[in-house]
Amino acid sequence: MASTDVVARSALALPRKRIRWGEKLVQGLLFLAAAVSVLTTVGIVISLLLPAVEFFGEVSPLDFLTGTTWAPLFEPAHFGVVPLVVGTFMISLWSALVAFPLGVGVAIYLSEYAPPRVAATLKPVLEILAAIPTVVLGYFALTFVTPLLRDVGLDVEIFNALAASLVLGVMLIPTVASLSEDAMAAVPRDLRDGGYALGADKLQVSTRIVVPAAISGIIAAFVLAFSRAVGETMIVLIAAGQLPQITFDPRETIETMTAFIGATGNGDVPTGSIEYKTIFAVGLTLFLITLVLNLISIRLVRRFREVYE
Amino acid sequence: MLAAMVVAFGTLAVLLVDTIVTGWPELDRQLFTDPPSTVPEEAGARPAILATLYLGLIVLLLSVPIGVLTAVYLEEYANRERWWNRVIEVSIQNLAAVPSIVYGILGLAFIVRGIGIGRVVLAGALILTLVVLPTVIVASREAIRSVPDSIRQGAFALGATKWQVVWRQVLPAAIPGMATGSILALSRAVGETAPLIMVGAIVYVAFDPTLFGAYTALPVQIYNWTKQPDPTFQTLAAAGAIVLLAIVLAMNAVAIVLRNRYRRRW
Repeated sequence: MASTDVVARSALALPRKRIRWGEKLVQGLLFLAAAVSVLTTVGIVISLLLPAVEFFGEVSPLDFLTGTTWAPLFEPAHFGVVPLVVGTFMISLWSALVAFPLGVGVAIYLSEYAPPRVAATLKPVLEILAAIPTVVLGYFALTFVTPLLRDVGLDVEIFNALAASLVLGVMLIPTVASLSEDAMAAVPRDLRDGGYALGADKLQVSTRIVVPAAISGIIAAFVLAFSRAVGETMIVLIAAGQLPQITFDPRETIETMTAFIGATGNGDVPTGSIEYKTIFAVGLTLFLITLVLNLISIRLVRRFREVYE
Repeated sequence: MLAAMVVAFGTLAVLLVDTIVTGWPELDRQLFTDPPSTVPEEAGARPAILATLYLGLIVLLLSVPIGVLTAVYLEEYANRERWWNRVIEVSIQNLAAVPSIVYGILGLAFIVRGIGIGRVVLAGALILTLVVLPTVIVASREAIRSVPDSIRQGAFALGATKWQVVWRQVLPAAIPGMATGSILALSRAVGETAPLIMVGAIVYVAFDPTLFGAYTALPVQIYNWTKQPDPTFQTLAAAGAIVLLAIVLAMNAVAIVLRNRYRRRW
């Protein structure tokens, strides 16, 4: 009697879903792996914020943000971050001036001019340029580019912002080129064909149709490259020097935020001292600047995205 | 445009040639067998080269499983409407753009001084793992996304469970893409210097590294040598750079070959 009941019920209804504990366990493990990234973000924020708060207990934030002398290791100590920020932005601006036209030029060539086989060969080589360790690039800037600049008659210091910017700019070409090329590849063929039908030549189509149509991606590439330049450490640490000063002359020795952190964080500074805490205050400033730049880049892509059917 | 190409590739060529020409005189057996020394003629980079190999190995063992599992979670399991999954997405997007030296600060605060395991190989490897993790995740996600849905539906139709579909169908199909991304990420970890300055040892290390011992990595050793005034040290820096470039470029070459060979059209 009971068994026919069961048979009848299972014939009428779908079998109840069995909970598979193995599947649940796997899903939990996957979630844990994904949580590592969130924990890292939280860890970065906490590790920057706590010592930085202690720092701002001893140094007023206003002095930090507006002070024009950076001398944390001297007596009397000065904690004005402006020279470091100016140094960082000068390096970033000059390297962006190098990377942007060259990167877009490379992208136009690869996307519009190069035969597919040539482009397929050149792209991996370009990636290699992005893969060169930055310590090697810094060494190259210091021992090759700076003497070269002197040979052509520029009166540069041994450590100077120009050599660092030039090498950093070249390093960023692949970043700008690959993002810009992606944007150009997304421009539909119809637009190009329309241009040709109106009698435009290849250069006109490239510069007046493809580039404007892809402008959101190109601008995003520029902002991303700028943000990379702000965060780059080794090239500026080796080639641009450690002399915090407010100057816009790239031939001078300067110091960037990253170079200060790298030069100070190598272990000689006692934990808990004010010098130790400056690392975190400068690190927090750097983190916030790159964060804002990245948000701008993401926003730009969204706002100017042209949707093609 | 041609000028842009010439500048990009010309710089690459000049850099490679200049480094090789400068470093060639010191690129000898001593570089691989001897520890660093204050006497430039006797200095080598054996501890640094070994430590870099150890670092690479640990980063590989940690970043690939965590990265691939994260990618599987986000692509196959996560419901994008849930706020916690959006937090994960935003975190990864943000981490990918955080300057590597900031990871060094994280390491300085937590690993070295907070938990107190000190400036050891394991600490450096953990930080490098975090630095390259977003790269591994993004590459793995792309590889997983490129596996067409018909494969999944076919497996489900045969009665496979979700994990069986992922483990036996999706992941095998995505291996080439994930391997390429992981090798590129690893090559970045091997060449990374800035975070290691913060959590590594800039000190003079004369013995072979162990997991919990003091160490210096090859990029850090090169950085140290560039700071020495003696011109022989500058040559040593170039010789070290040749070794580092050889390692990094070989990994990139493997990645490119893998990508071209196993590129699959569905």
